[in-house]
Amino acid sequence: MNTVVLIKQVPDTATRIQDRTAKGRVDLSGVTWVVNPYDEYAVEEALRIKAAHGGTVTLIALGPERVASALKDMLALGADEAVQIVDPAFDDLGAQGTAAVLAAAIGKLPAPPDMIWAGWKGVDDDQGLVPIYLAHALGLPHVSFVVQVAIDGGRAIVQREVEGGKETVTTPLPAVFTAQKGLNEVRYASLKGIMAVKRKEIPAWDAAAIGVDPASIAPRAVETTEITPPPERPSGRILGGAPSDAARELVRLLHEEAKVI
Amino acid sequence: MHIWVLAEARDGQVKRISYELVTAARALDDSADVTAVLVGSGVGPLAGDLAAHGADRVLLVDDVRAAQYSPDGWGNLLARLAREDRPDVILGGATARGRDLTPRIAAGLGVGVASDAVEVGMAAGRLTAVRPIYAGKALARVVVHSDPQIATIRPNSYPPCERPAAGTVVAADAGDYVAGAVVTHLEAAASTRPDVAEADIIVSGGRGMAGPEHFALIEALADTLGAAVGASRAVVDAGWRPHGDQVGQTGKTVSPSLYIACGISGAVQHLAGMKTSKYIVAINKDPEAPIFSVADYGIVGDVFEVVPAVTEAVRALRAANG
Repeated sequence: MNTVVLIKQVPDTATRIQDRTAKGRVDLSGVTWVVNPYDEYAVEEALRIKAAHGGTVTLIALGPERVASALKDMLALGADEAVQIVDPAFDDLGAQGTAAVLAAAIGKLPAPPDMIWAGWKGVDDDQGLVPIYLAHALGLPHVSFVVQVAIDGGRAIVQREVEGGKETVTTPLPAVFTAQKGLNEVRYASLKGIMAVKRKEIPAWDAAAIGVDPASIAPRAVETTEITPPPERPSGRILGGAPSDAARELVRLLHEEAKVI
Repeated sequence: MHIWVLAEARDGQVKRISYELVTAARALDDSADVTAVLVGSGVGPLAGDLAAHGADRVLLVDDVRAAQYSPDGWGNLLARLAREDRPDVILGGATARGRDLTPRIAAGLGVGVASDAVEVGMAAGRLTAVRPIYAGKALARVVVHSDPQIATIRPNSYPPCERPAAGTVVAADAGDYVAGAVVTHLEAAASTRPDVAEADIIVSGGRGMAGPEHFALIEALADTLGAAVGASRAVVDAGWRPHGDQVGQTGKTVSPSLYIACGISGAVQHLAGMKTSKYIVAINKDPEAPIFSVADYGIVGDVFEVVPAVTEAVRALRAANG
Protein backbone atom coordinates (compact mmCIF):
# COMPACT_ATOMS: atom_id res chain seq x y z
CA MET A 1 0.00 0.00 0.00
CA ASN A 2 1.94 3.02 -1.25
CA THR A 3 0.76 6.33 0.11
CA VAL A 4 1.51 9.91 -0.79
CA VAL A 5 0.94 12.58 1.86
CA LEU A 6 0.60 16.22 0.90
CA ILE A 7 2.31 18.55 3.34
CA LYS A 8 1.62 22.24 3.80
CA GLN A 9 3.60 24.58 6.00
CA VAL A 10 1.53 27.15 7.90
CA PRO A 11 2.16 29.82 10.55
CA ASP A 12 2.13 28.42 14.08
CA THR A 13 -1.47 28.48 15.34
CA ALA A 14 -0.35 30.65 18.27
CA THR A 15 0.56 33.45 15.81
CA ARG A 16 -1.42 36.61 16.52
CA ILE A 17 -2.54 37.17 12.93
CA GLN A 18 -4.81 40.06 13.90
CA ASP A 19 -1.78 42.07 15.05
CA ARG A 20 -0.08 41.46 11.69
CA THR A 21 -3.03 42.55 9.56
CA ALA A 22 -2.72 46.04 8.13
CA LYS A 23 -3.22 47.81 4.84
CA GLY A 24 -5.30 45.00 3.47
CA ARG A 25 -2.79 42.22 3.94
CA VAL A 26 -1.20 39.93 6.51
CA ASP A 27 2.49 40.40 7.23
CA LEU A 28 3.96 36.95 7.84
CA SER A 29 7.59 38.03 8.16
CA GLY A 30 9.34 36.33 11.04
CA VAL A 31 6.52 33.94 11.94
CA THR A 32 7.28 30.42 13.14
CA TRP A 33 6.35 27.96 10.41
CA VAL A 34 4.94 24.57 11.37
CA VAL A 35 3.44 21.58 9.62
CA ASN A 36 -0.29 22.09 9.11
CA PRO A 37 -1.84 20.23 12.10
CA TYR A 38 -4.32 18.29 9.94
CA ASP A 39 -1.43 17.11 7.73
CA GLU A 40 0.18 15.58 10.82
CA TYR A 41 -2.85 13.32 11.23
CA ALA A 42 -2.53 12.40 7.55
CA VAL A 43 1.14 11.46 7.99
CA GLU A 44 0.37 9.44 11.11
CA GLU A 45 -2.35 7.49 9.30
CA ALA A 46 -0.03 6.80 6.37
CA LEU A 47 2.62 5.47 8.77
CA ARG A 48 0.05 3.21 10.46
CA ILE A 49 -1.14 1.92 7.08
CA LYS A 50 2.46 1.19 6.14
CA ALA A 51 2.98 -0.69 9.41
CA ALA A 52 -0.14 -2.78 8.81
CA HIS A 53 0.02 -3.33 5.06
CA GLY A 54 3.60 -2.60 3.99
CA GLY A 55 4.53 -0.23 1.16
CA THR A 56 6.06 3.21 1.27
CA VAL A 57 5.14 6.69 2.47
CA THR A 58 6.15 9.56 0.20
CA LEU A 59 5.69 13.19 1.23
CA ILE A 60 5.12 15.97 -1.28
CA ALA A 61 5.14 19.67 -0.49
CA LEU A 62 4.79 22.63 -2.80
CA GLY A 63 6.39 25.81 -1.56
CA PRO A 64 9.49 27.92 -1.07
CA GLU A 65 12.83 26.84 0.46
CA ARG A 66 11.57 26.99 4.06
CA VAL A 67 9.16 24.13 3.35
CA ALA A 68 12.06 21.65 3.39
CA SER A 69 12.06 21.86 7.20
CA ALA A 70 8.43 20.71 7.31
CA LEU A 71 9.33 17.73 5.16
CA LYS A 72 12.28 16.88 7.41
CA ASP A 73 10.05 17.03 10.50
CA MET A 74 7.69 14.50 8.92
CA LEU A 75 10.50 12.31 7.52
CA ALA A 76 11.82 12.05 11.06
CA LEU A 77 8.58 10.32 12.05
CA GLY A 78 9.30 7.49 9.63
CA ALA A 79 8.20 8.51 6.14
CA ASP A 80 10.37 6.98 3.43
CA GLU A 81 10.84 9.71 0.88
CA ALA A 82 10.04 13.36 0.38
CA VAL A 83 9.86 15.61 -2.65
CA GLN A 84 9.75 19.37 -2.61
CA ILE A 85 8.23 21.18 -5.57
CA VAL A 86 9.82 24.59 -5.72
CA ASP A 87 9.69 27.05 -8.59
CA PRO A 88 9.12 30.82 -8.53
CA ALA A 89 6.48 30.28 -11.22
CA PHE A 90 4.42 28.46 -8.56
CA ASP A 91 4.57 31.21 -5.94
CA ASP A 92 0.97 32.44 -6.29
CA LEU A 93 -1.16 29.53 -7.43
CA GLY A 94 -4.85 29.15 -6.67
CA ALA A 95 -6.32 25.88 -5.46
CA GLN A 96 -6.82 24.57 -8.99
CA GLY A 97 -3.29 25.45 -10.09
CA THR A 98 -1.83 23.90 -6.93
CA ALA A 99 -3.76 20.70 -7.60
CA ALA A 100 -2.57 20.62 -11.23
CA VAL A 101 1.06 20.92 -10.12
CA LEU A 102 0.66 18.26 -7.42
CA ALA A 103 -1.03 15.94 -9.91
CA ALA A 104 1.89 16.35 -12.31
CA ALA A 105 4.40 15.65 -9.53
CA ILE A 106 2.52 12.53 -8.42
CA GLY A 107 2.67 11.38 -12.04
CA LYS A 108 6.49 11.55 -11.85
CA LEU A 109 6.78 9.22 -8.85
CA PRO A 110 8.35 5.81 -9.55
CA ALA A 111 5.11 4.00 -8.61
CA PRO A 112 1.54 5.35 -8.64
CA PRO A 113 0.14 5.67 -5.09
CA ASP A 114 -2.75 3.56 -3.78
CA MET A 115 -3.76 6.26 -1.35
CA ILE A 116 -3.17 10.01 -1.28
CA TRP A 117 -3.63 11.67 2.10
CA ALA A 118 -3.81 15.32 3.13
CA GLY A 119 -5.21 17.40 5.98
CA TRP A 120 -8.78 18.45 5.26
CA LYS A 121 -7.70 22.07 5.15
CA GLY A 122 -4.71 24.28 5.80
CA VAL A 123 -5.23 26.24 9.01
CA ASP A 124 -4.01 29.39 7.25
CA ASP A 125 -6.33 30.16 4.35
CA ASP A 126 -8.91 27.60 5.53
CA GLN A 127 -10.11 26.71 2.04
CA GLY A 128 -10.21 22.90 2.06
CA LEU A 129 -10.08 22.74 -1.73
CA VAL A 130 -6.75 21.40 -3.00
CA PRO A 131 -7.16 17.67 -2.17
CA ILE A 132 -10.59 17.59 -3.84
CA TYR A 133 -9.35 19.37 -6.96
CA LEU A 134 -6.41 16.96 -6.97
CA ALA A 135 -8.72 13.94 -6.82
CA HIS A 136 -10.61 15.26 -9.81
CA ALA A 137 -7.40 16.03 -11.70
CA LEU A 138 -6.20 12.47 -11.16
CA GLY A 139 -9.62 11.01 -11.99
CA LEU A 140 -9.90 9.50 -8.49
CA PRO A 141 -12.67 9.37 -5.90
CA HIS A 142 -12.11 11.17 -2.63
CA VAL A 143 -13.37 10.98 0.94
CA SER A 144 -13.08 14.06 3.18
CA PHE A 145 -13.17 14.62 6.98
CA VAL A 146 -11.94 11.07 7.59
CA VAL A 147 -11.90 9.93 11.24
CA GLN A 148 -11.38 6.20 10.65
CA VAL A 149 -10.21 4.01 7.78
CA ALA A 150 -9.96 0.27 7.15
CA ILE A 151 -8.44 -1.27 4.05
CA ASP A 152 -10.19 -4.29 2.60
CA GLY A 153 -8.48 -5.59 -0.53
CA GLY A 154 -8.77 -3.03 -3.29
CA ARG A 155 -11.10 -0.76 -1.39
CA ALA A 156 -11.24 1.35 1.74
CA ILE A 157 -14.09 1.55 4.23
CA VAL A 158 -14.00 4.95 5.75
CA GLN A 159 -15.83 6.90 8.43
CA ARG A 160 -16.23 10.60 7.90
CA GLU A 161 -17.49 13.12 10.38
CA VAL A 162 -20.75 14.85 9.49
CA GLU A 163 -23.05 17.07 11.53
CA GLY A 164 -24.66 14.97 14.22
CA GLY A 165 -23.05 11.66 13.28
CA LYS A 166 -20.68 9.70 11.10
CA GLU A 167 -21.05 8.54 7.52
CA THR A 168 -19.52 5.28 6.37
CA VAL A 169 -18.13 5.55 2.85
CA THR A 170 -16.79 2.74 0.71
CA THR A 171 -14.36 3.69 -2.02
CA PRO A 172 -12.26 1.78 -4.51
CA LEU A 173 -8.52 2.45 -4.38
CA PRO A 174 -6.63 4.45 -5.42
CA ALA A 175 -8.38 7.39 -3.82
CA VAL A 176 -7.72 10.69 -2.06
CA PHE A 177 -8.45 11.02 1.68
CA THR A 178 -8.49 14.11 3.89
CA ALA A 179 -7.82 13.83 7.60
CA GLN A 180 -10.00 15.30 10.34
CA LYS A 181 -9.02 15.64 13.97
CA GLY A 182 -9.89 12.45 15.84
CA LEU A 183 -8.43 10.18 13.14
CA ASN A 184 -5.48 9.22 15.35
CA GLU A 185 -3.01 10.45 17.94
CA VAL A 186 0.19 11.62 16.32
CA ARG A 187 3.56 10.26 17.35
CA TYR A 188 6.67 12.24 18.20
CA ALA A 189 9.96 11.87 16.38
CA SER A 190 12.60 9.70 18.00
CA LEU A 191 16.13 10.99 18.39
CA LYS A 192 17.22 8.31 15.94
CA GLY A 193 14.65 9.55 13.42
CA ILE A 194 15.76 13.14 13.81
CA MET A 195 19.45 12.20 13.35
CA ALA A 196 18.66 10.05 10.31
CA VAL A 197 16.98 12.86 8.38
CA LYS A 198 19.80 15.31 8.98
CA ARG A 199 21.72 13.70 6.17
CA LYS A 200 18.70 13.03 4.00
CA GLU A 201 18.66 14.80 0.67
CA ILE A 202 15.23 16.06 -0.36
CA PRO A 203 14.94 16.31 -4.13
CA ALA A 204 13.63 19.69 -5.34
CA TRP A 205 11.56 19.51 -8.49
CA ASP A 206 10.88 22.59 -10.60
CA ALA A 207 8.30 23.11 -13.34
CA ALA A 208 10.52 21.47 -15.96
CA ALA A 209 11.16 18.43 -13.73
CA ILE A 210 7.45 17.70 -13.41
CA GLY A 211 6.77 18.60 -17.03
CA VAL A 212 4.44 21.53 -16.32
CA ASP A 213 4.41 24.63 -18.48
CA PRO A 214 3.63 27.42 -15.97
CA ALA A 215 1.74 29.28 -18.71
CA SER A 216 -0.71 26.38 -18.94
CA ILE A 217 -1.78 26.64 -15.28
CA ALA A 218 -5.24 28.04 -14.59
CA PRO A 219 -4.97 31.59 -13.23
CA ARG A 220 -6.14 32.22 -9.68
CA ALA A 221 -9.93 32.08 -9.91
CA VAL A 222 -10.60 33.53 -6.46
CA GLU A 223 -8.69 36.74 -5.83
CA THR A 224 -8.22 38.20 -2.37
CA THR A 225 -8.80 41.93 -2.58
CA GLU A 226 -8.38 42.85 1.06
CA ILE A 227 -7.59 41.23 4.40
CA THR A 228 -8.80 42.99 7.52
CA PRO A 229 -8.70 42.22 11.23
CA PRO A 230 -12.04 40.91 12.50
CA PRO A 231 -14.29 43.76 13.67
CA GLU A 232 -13.64 44.80 17.25
CA ARG A 233 -16.37 43.54 19.51
CA PRO A 234 -17.99 46.30 21.58
CA SER A 235 -16.72 46.15 25.12
CA GLY A 236 -18.89 43.87 27.17
CA ARG A 237 -20.63 44.27 30.44
CA ILE A 238 -19.59 42.46 33.60
CA LEU A 239 -22.59 41.46 35.67
CA GLY A 240 -21.88 41.59 39.38
CA GLY A 241 -23.62 40.45 42.52
CA ALA A 242 -24.38 37.05 43.88
CA PRO A 243 -24.27 34.20 41.33
CA SER A 244 -28.06 33.83 41.33
CA ASP A 245 -28.56 37.59 40.80
CA ALA A 246 -25.93 37.76 38.05
CA ALA A 247 -27.44 34.70 36.36
CA ARG A 248 -30.94 36.18 36.44
CA GLU A 249 -29.69 39.48 35.03
CA LEU A 250 -27.78 37.62 32.29
CA VAL A 251 -30.85 35.67 31.25
CA ARG A 252 -32.96 38.85 31.27
CA LEU A 253 -30.43 40.61 29.00
CA LEU A 254 -30.18 37.62 26.63
CA HIS A 255 -33.97 37.55 26.39
CA GLU A 256 -34.88 41.25 26.31
CA GLU A 257 -31.80 43.02 24.92
CA ALA A 258 -30.00 40.45 22.73
CA LYS A 259 -33.22 38.54 21.98
CA VAL A 260 -31.28 35.31 21.43
CA ILE A 261 -33.14 33.13 23.94
CA MET B 1 -29.52 36.31 -12.69
CA HIS B 2 -29.82 32.54 -12.39
CA ILE B 3 -28.60 31.09 -9.08
CA TRP B 4 -28.31 27.47 -8.06
CA VAL B 5 -28.46 26.54 -4.40
CA LEU B 6 -27.29 23.04 -3.51
CA ALA B 7 -30.07 21.79 -1.24
CA GLU B 8 -29.28 19.20 1.45
CA ALA B 9 -31.66 16.61 2.80
CA ARG B 10 -31.29 13.91 5.42
CA ASP B 11 -33.79 11.40 6.80
CA GLY B 12 -36.47 12.69 4.44
CA GLN B 13 -36.09 16.28 5.64
CA VAL B 14 -34.64 19.29 3.85
CA LYS B 15 -31.85 20.72 5.98
CA ARG B 16 -32.10 24.30 7.20
CA ILE B 17 -28.89 25.30 5.39
CA SER B 18 -30.81 24.88 2.10
CA TYR B 19 -33.21 27.65 3.08
CA GLU B 20 -30.37 29.82 4.35
CA LEU B 21 -28.75 29.51 0.92
CA VAL B 22 -31.97 30.75 -0.71
CA THR B 23 -31.77 33.88 1.47
CA ALA B 24 -28.12 34.34 0.45
CA ALA B 25 -29.13 34.00 -3.21
CA ARG B 26 -31.84 36.65 -2.72
CA ALA B 27 -29.24 38.88 -1.07
CA LEU B 28 -27.17 38.68 -4.27
CA ASP B 29 -30.14 39.59 -6.45
CA ASP B 30 -33.66 39.80 -5.08
CA SER B 31 -35.14 39.18 -8.53
CA ALA B 32 -32.85 36.23 -9.27
CA ASP B 33 -34.24 32.99 -10.60
CA VAL B 34 -33.33 30.72 -7.67
CA THR B 35 -33.04 27.04 -8.48
CA ALA B 36 -32.74 24.57 -5.61
CA VAL B 37 -30.86 21.48 -6.76
CA LEU B 38 -31.78 18.22 -5.08
CA VAL B 39 -30.32 14.77 -5.77
CA GLY B 40 -31.35 11.42 -4.32
CA SER B 41 -33.95 8.70 -4.56
CA GLY B 42 -37.54 9.39 -3.47
CA VAL B 43 -36.69 13.05 -2.81
CA GLY B 44 -39.44 14.39 -5.12
CA PRO B 45 -41.87 15.12 -2.26
CA LEU B 46 -39.30 17.53 -0.74
CA ALA B 47 -39.73 19.94 -3.67
CA GLY B 48 -42.79 21.41 -1.94
CA ASP B 49 -40.72 22.33 1.12
CA LEU B 50 -38.14 24.05 -1.09
CA ALA B 51 -40.94 26.00 -2.81
CA ALA B 52 -42.33 27.05 0.57
CA HIS B 53 -38.85 28.41 1.38
CA GLY B 54 -38.32 30.48 -1.72
CA ALA B 55 -37.13 28.23 -4.57
CA ASP B 56 -38.44 29.43 -7.95
CA ARG B 57 -37.41 26.14 -9.52
CA VAL B 58 -36.40 22.79 -8.12
CA LEU B 59 -33.96 20.89 -10.30
CA LEU B 60 -34.61 17.35 -9.26
CA VAL B 61 -32.55 14.25 -9.93
CA ASP B 62 -34.65 11.47 -8.45
CA ASP B 63 -32.80 8.31 -9.40
CA VAL B 64 -32.23 5.11 -7.45
CA ARG B 65 -28.65 4.93 -8.73
CA ALA B 66 -27.90 8.27 -7.03
CA ALA B 67 -29.78 7.34 -3.85
CA GLN B 68 -26.62 7.39 -1.76
CA TYR B 69 -24.33 10.40 -1.70
CA SER B 70 -21.14 10.08 -3.70
CA PRO B 71 -18.80 13.07 -4.01
CA ASP B 72 -17.45 12.04 -7.41
CA GLY B 73 -20.78 10.61 -8.66
CA TRP B 74 -22.88 13.61 -7.62
CA GLY B 75 -20.04 16.02 -8.46
CA ASN B 76 -19.73 14.85 -12.07
CA LEU B 77 -23.51 14.68 -12.45
CA LEU B 78 -24.02 18.22 -11.18
CA ALA B 79 -21.11 19.60 -13.21
CA ARG B 80 -22.81 18.21 -16.33
CA LEU B 81 -26.19 19.64 -15.33
CA ALA B 82 -24.57 23.02 -14.59
CA ARG B 83 -23.15 23.06 -18.10
CA GLU B 84 -26.65 22.45 -19.44
CA ASP B 85 -28.63 24.71 -17.08
CA ARG B 86 -25.98 27.48 -17.07
CA PRO B 87 -26.41 29.09 -13.62
CA ASP B 88 -24.48 32.34 -13.12
CA VAL B 89 -23.83 31.50 -9.46
CA ILE B 90 -23.78 28.25 -7.45
CA LEU B 91 -24.09 28.40 -3.65
CA GLY B 92 -23.43 25.41 -1.41
CA GLY B 93 -23.35 25.08 2.36
CA ALA B 94 -20.02 25.12 4.21
CA THR B 95 -21.15 21.84 5.77
CA ALA B 96 -19.73 18.32 5.78
CA ARG B 97 -21.70 17.71 2.58
CA GLY B 98 -21.31 21.12 0.93
CA ARG B 99 -17.58 21.42 1.60
CA ASP B 100 -17.16 17.99 0.03
CA LEU B 101 -19.47 18.25 -2.99
CA THR B 102 -19.16 21.89 -4.06
CA PRO B 103 -15.39 21.75 -4.81
CA ARG B 104 -15.93 18.51 -6.70
CA ILE B 105 -18.51 20.26 -8.94
CA ALA B 106 -16.16 23.22 -9.35
CA ALA B 107 -13.29 20.90 -10.28
CA GLY B 108 -15.52 19.29 -12.91
CA LEU B 109 -16.27 22.72 -14.33
CA GLY B 110 -12.65 23.89 -14.05
CA VAL B 111 -13.57 26.89 -11.88
CA GLY B 112 -12.78 28.26 -8.41
CA VAL B 113 -14.70 28.28 -5.11
CA ALA B 114 -14.86 30.98 -2.45
CA SER B 115 -15.19 28.57 0.45
CA ASP B 116 -16.66 29.04 3.93
CA ALA B 117 -18.05 32.54 3.30
CA VAL B 118 -19.94 34.33 6.07
CA GLU B 119 -21.24 36.97 3.66
CA VAL B 120 -21.68 37.15 -0.12
CA GLY B 121 -22.38 40.09 -2.42
CA MET B 122 -22.08 41.33 -5.97
CA ALA B 123 -19.64 44.05 -7.07
CA ALA B 124 -19.29 45.11 -10.70
CA GLY B 125 -21.21 42.03 -11.74
CA ARG B 126 -18.92 39.58 -9.89
CA LEU B 127 -19.57 37.44 -6.84
CA THR B 128 -17.73 38.67 -3.77
CA ALA B 129 -17.41 36.98 -0.41
CA VAL B 130 -16.14 37.67 3.07
CA ARG B 131 -14.42 34.60 4.45
CA PRO B 132 -12.66 34.13 7.77
CA ILE B 133 -9.05 33.00 7.41
CA TYR B 134 -6.70 31.70 10.10
CA ALA B 135 -9.94 30.39 11.69
CA GLY B 136 -11.25 33.92 12.06
CA LYS B 137 -8.12 35.79 13.17
CA ALA B 138 -8.59 37.81 9.97
CA LEU B 139 -11.25 38.30 7.31
CA ALA B 140 -10.48 38.06 3.60
CA ARG B 141 -12.58 39.81 1.00
CA VAL B 142 -12.44 37.86 -2.22
CA VAL B 143 -13.83 38.20 -5.73
CA VAL B 144 -14.60 35.19 -7.91
CA HIS B 145 -13.35 35.51 -11.49
CA SER B 146 -14.41 32.17 -13.00
CA ASP B 147 -17.88 31.23 -14.29
CA PRO B 148 -20.12 29.91 -12.93
CA GLN B 149 -19.22 31.81 -9.76
CA ILE B 150 -19.21 29.43 -6.81
CA ALA B 151 -19.16 29.84 -3.04
CA THR B 152 -19.92 27.81 0.05
CA ILE B 153 -21.63 29.62 2.92
CA ARG B 154 -21.26 28.87 6.60
CA PRO B 155 -24.42 27.77 8.45
CA ASN B 156 -26.21 30.51 10.43
CA SER B 157 -24.78 33.27 8.20
CA TYR B 158 -28.22 33.99 6.76
CA PRO B 159 -31.70 33.34 8.18
CA PRO B 160 -33.76 30.69 6.38
CA CYS B 161 -35.96 32.09 3.59
CA GLU B 162 -39.61 32.05 4.65
CA ARG B 163 -41.06 33.64 1.48
CA PRO B 164 -42.71 31.03 -0.73
CA ALA B 165 -42.06 30.86 -4.48
CA ALA B 166 -43.32 28.78 -7.38
CA GLY B 167 -40.93 25.86 -6.92
CA THR B 168 -41.53 24.58 -10.45
CA VAL B 169 -40.08 21.09 -10.60
CA VAL B 170 -37.66 20.44 -13.42
CA ALA B 171 -36.75 16.76 -13.57
CA ALA B 172 -33.24 15.99 -14.73
CA ASP B 173 -31.72 12.74 -15.85
CA ALA B 174 -28.83 11.07 -14.02
CA GLY B 175 -27.58 9.94 -17.43
CA ASP B 176 -24.71 7.45 -17.41
CA TYR B 177 -24.24 7.83 -13.66
CA VAL B 178 -21.03 6.35 -12.26
CA ALA B 179 -19.94 6.60 -8.59
CA GLY B 180 -16.64 5.64 -6.92
CA ALA B 181 -16.80 6.66 -3.26
CA VAL B 182 -20.32 5.98 -1.96
CA VAL B 183 -21.94 6.53 1.44
CA THR B 184 -23.20 3.18 2.68
CA HIS B 185 -24.34 4.02 6.18
CA LEU B 186 -25.13 6.97 8.41
CA GLU B 187 -24.70 6.55 12.12
CA ALA B 188 -26.46 9.27 14.08
CA ALA B 189 -24.63 10.42 17.18
CA ALA B 190 -26.02 9.00 20.40
CA SER B 191 -26.78 12.52 21.54
CA THR B 192 -29.96 14.23 20.44
CA ARG B 193 -28.37 17.64 20.92
CA PRO B 194 -27.66 19.77 17.84
CA ASP B 195 -24.20 19.53 16.30
CA VAL B 196 -21.76 22.25 17.28
CA ALA B 197 -21.16 23.07 13.57
CA GLU B 198 -24.75 24.03 12.88
CA ALA B 199 -26.21 24.97 16.28
CA ASP B 200 -27.83 28.32 16.90
CA ILE B 201 -26.70 28.29 20.54
CA ILE B 202 -23.53 26.67 21.88
CA VAL B 203 -22.57 26.15 25.52
CA SER B 204 -18.85 25.36 25.74
CA GLY B 205 -16.70 24.19 28.59
CA GLY B 206 -12.98 24.47 29.19
CA ARG B 207 -10.38 23.42 31.69
CA GLY B 208 -12.14 25.48 34.36
CA MET B 209 -14.75 22.73 34.49
CA ALA B 210 -12.06 20.75 36.36
CA GLY B 211 -13.04 17.29 35.08
CA PRO B 212 -15.19 15.45 32.56
CA GLU B 213 -17.83 14.61 35.16
CA HIS B 214 -18.63 18.29 35.64
CA PHE B 215 -19.72 18.65 32.01
CA ALA B 216 -23.12 17.51 33.30
CA LEU B 217 -23.55 21.17 34.33
CA ILE B 218 -22.75 22.29 30.76
CA GLU B 219 -25.10 19.69 29.32
CA ALA B 220 -27.93 20.72 31.65
CA LEU B 221 -27.64 24.35 30.52
CA ALA B 222 -27.33 23.29 26.87
CA ASP B 223 -30.43 21.10 27.07
CA THR B 224 -32.42 23.85 28.74
CA LEU B 225 -31.54 26.12 25.82
CA GLY B 226 -31.77 23.44 23.09
CA ALA B 227 -28.08 24.14 22.50
CA ALA B 228 -25.03 22.18 21.34
CA VAL B 229 -22.18 21.38 23.72
CA GLY B 230 -18.76 22.67 22.68
CA ALA B 231 -15.31 22.31 24.19
CA SER B 232 -11.90 23.92 24.23
CA ARG B 233 -8.90 22.14 22.77
CA ALA B 234 -7.47 21.53 26.23
CA VAL B 235 -10.39 19.42 27.35
CA VAL B 236 -10.62 17.53 24.04
CA ASP B 237 -6.92 16.70 24.17
CA ALA B 238 -7.38 15.59 27.79
CA GLY B 239 -10.04 13.14 26.56
CA TRP B 240 -12.88 14.77 28.51
CA ARG B 241 -14.92 15.47 25.38
CA PRO B 242 -15.08 14.02 21.83
CA HIS B 243 -12.97 15.62 19.07
CA GLY B 244 -16.08 16.65 17.16
CA ASP B 245 -17.02 19.09 19.95
CA GLN B 246 -13.83 21.16 19.72
CA VAL B 247 -14.23 24.83 18.84
CA GLY B 248 -11.17 26.70 17.59
CA GLN B 249 -8.48 26.83 14.95
CA THR B 250 -7.96 23.06 14.89
CA GLY B 251 -11.63 22.35 15.55
CA LYS B 252 -14.88 23.90 14.42
CA THR B 253 -15.10 27.56 13.52
CA VAL B 254 -18.61 28.59 14.49
CA SER B 255 -20.94 31.58 14.22
CA PRO B 256 -23.97 30.84 16.43
CA SER B 257 -26.39 33.49 17.69
CA LEU B 258 -25.21 32.83 21.22
CA TYR B 259 -21.98 31.31 22.52
CA ILE B 260 -21.64 30.70 26.25
CA ALA B 261 -18.06 29.99 27.33
CA CYS B 262 -17.78 28.36 30.76
CA GLY B 263 -14.38 27.97 32.39
CA ILE B 264 -12.63 28.81 29.11
CA SER B 265 -9.75 31.27 29.45
CA GLY B 266 -9.74 32.15 25.75
CA ALA B 267 -6.54 31.06 24.01
CA VAL B 268 -5.99 32.86 20.71
CA GLN B 269 -6.88 29.69 18.77
CA HIS B 270 -10.18 29.34 20.64
CA LEU B 271 -11.16 33.00 20.28
CA ALA B 272 -10.50 32.74 16.54
CA GLY B 273 -12.99 29.89 16.24
CA MET B 274 -15.95 31.56 17.98
CA LYS B 275 -15.39 35.30 17.71
CA THR B 276 -17.91 35.69 14.88
CA SER B 277 -20.73 34.56 17.19
CA LYS B 278 -23.45 37.20 17.41
CA TYR B 279 -23.48 37.26 21.24
CA ILE B 280 -20.82 35.88 23.54
CA VAL B 281 -21.18 35.18 27.25
CA ALA B 282 -18.14 34.41 29.39
CA ILE B 283 -18.26 32.77 32.79
CA ASN B 284 -14.85 32.48 34.42
CA LYS B 285 -13.35 32.96 37.84
CA ASP B 286 -10.35 34.91 36.47
CA PRO B 287 -11.38 38.50 35.67
CA GLU B 288 -8.21 38.86 33.54
CA ALA B 289 -9.08 35.91 31.27
CA PRO B 290 -8.87 36.92 27.58
CA ILE B 291 -12.34 35.47 26.96
CA PHE B 292 -13.82 38.58 28.64
CA SER B 293 -12.29 40.78 25.93
CA VAL B 294 -14.67 39.30 23.34
CA ALA B 295 -17.70 38.80 25.60
CA ASP B 296 -20.86 40.89 25.40
CA TYR B 297 -21.80 39.78 28.90
CA GLY B 298 -19.49 38.39 31.52
CA ILE B 299 -19.86 36.91 34.95
CA VAL B 300 -16.75 36.66 37.07
CA GLY B 301 -17.33 33.72 39.33
CA ASP B 302 -17.17 30.05 40.05
CA VAL B 303 -18.58 28.00 37.17
CA PHE B 304 -19.92 25.45 39.66
CA GLU B 305 -22.16 28.14 41.16
CA VAL B 306 -22.85 30.34 38.16
CA VAL B 307 -23.63 27.74 35.46
CA PRO B 308 -26.37 25.98 37.47
CA ALA B 309 -27.75 29.41 38.45
CA VAL B 310 -27.98 30.36 34.75
CA THR B 311 -29.71 27.06 33.99
CA GLU B 312 -32.19 27.77 36.79
CA ALA B 313 -32.77 31.33 35.53
CA VAL B 314 -33.45 30.07 31.99
CA ARG B 315 -35.94 27.55 33.37
CA ALA B 316 -37.62 30.32 35.37
CA LEU B 317 -37.84 32.48 32.22
CA ARG B 318 -39.33 29.61 30.24
CA ALA B 319 -41.84 28.90 33.02
CA ALA B 320 -42.83 32.58 33.24
CA ASN B 321 -43.38 32.73 29.49
CA GLY B 322 -45.36 29.52 29.46
